[in-house]
Amino acid sequence: MHELSIAMSIVEMAQEESERCGQAQVLAVHLRLGQLSGVVKEALLSSYEMACEATPLEGSQLLIEEVPVEVFCPKCDGPRALGSIQWFCCPECGTPTPEVLHGKELEVVALEIEE
Amino acid sequence: MTTEPRLVEVRKNVLKQNDIIARALRDRFREAGVLAVSFVSSPGSGKTAFLEKTLTLLHSRYRVAALVGDLATENDAARLGRSQVPVKQILTGTVCHLDAAMVQNALDGWDLTQLDFLFIENVGNLVCPSSYDLGEDLRFVLLSVTEGEDKPLKYPTIFNSADVAVITKSDLAAAVEFDEAAVLRNIQAVRPGMEVLKISAKTGEGLAEYLEYLERRCSSSRAGAAASN
Ligand SMILES: [Zn+2]
Repeated sequence: MHELSIAMSIVEMAQEESERCGQAQVLAVHLRLGQLSGVVKEALLSSYEMACEATPLEGSQLLIEEVPVEVFCPKCDGPRALGSIQWFCCPECGTPTPEVLHGKELEVVALEIEE
Repeated sequence: MTTEPRLVEVRKNVLKQNDIIARALRDRFREAGVLAVSFVSSPGSGKTAFLEKTLTLLHSRYRVAALVGDLATENDAARLGRSQVPVKQILTGTVCHLDAAMVQNALDGWDLTQLDFLFIENVGNLVCPSSYDLGEDLRFVLLSVTEGEDKPLKYPTIFNSADVAVITKSDLAAAVEFDEAAVLRNIQAVRPGMEVLKISAKTGEGLAEYLEYLERRCSSSRAGAAASN
């Protein structure tokens, strides 16, 4: 399980950002989590709580927006939402495609702070 | 005085630090003209035997070295010491994957221009390594015929992050009634167009094709490096 080390990086990143905002209190961290990021949402949420312990972020929330996988279909010549990550093909025309446009995100989007 | 909570935009990749190091490693490999290949698999897929075979086969004609990620309880590196090529162990403790910084630290003091191939054996795990770019040119995902044909469907993320699938222990295929067509179908489902190699470190099946593949990739990456220099 690598979610704990990921959670610690998130806490660290949030702390740096809040210091930049004059030691503001962080209420929540908004995260975009791709379906292909290799990170499990539930494990990350519980790891986040652990990672926050005894830091200024203790009690803050991790708000996760899951990002579905979007592939590029060479036949339709455009982006297509993938139906299942067990089946990499265009949902419209059935063409197999390995080209992932979205779904690998693991990104801190914003902080909710209180000054 | 308290104000209303407000949103501050951040927009930063959590693994940014890893990705920066991985990119630097990739540049370093390219400049040195070394092909970096990593292996990922679940524990017990024959990864160490495969790496040992790889090193033994290559070392008479090429300059080869390996980094081996081991949990605190393992010692795959010692076994690989027998292959007479430089092998360095990366002890990850309880961490279930390698990251780019571990690779960078392990390479400290190594002159990469003296190498043709660098192999990096990740810790046996099909989940965690998928998030971490190690700067490798090629990532091989190994699965043995004893693991079941549905493995790619259970771990689509790691298969998707890899370049080549290697089916190992092919000598046991008949004994375990391995359904090759099913596994090929499943691999293509999660990673269309993925190259698949089938080998047995024991009988030598598929090793010639495998070597030929590595040599081809090595010379084409050199040609690419020469063109961009
Ligand atoms: Zn299509």
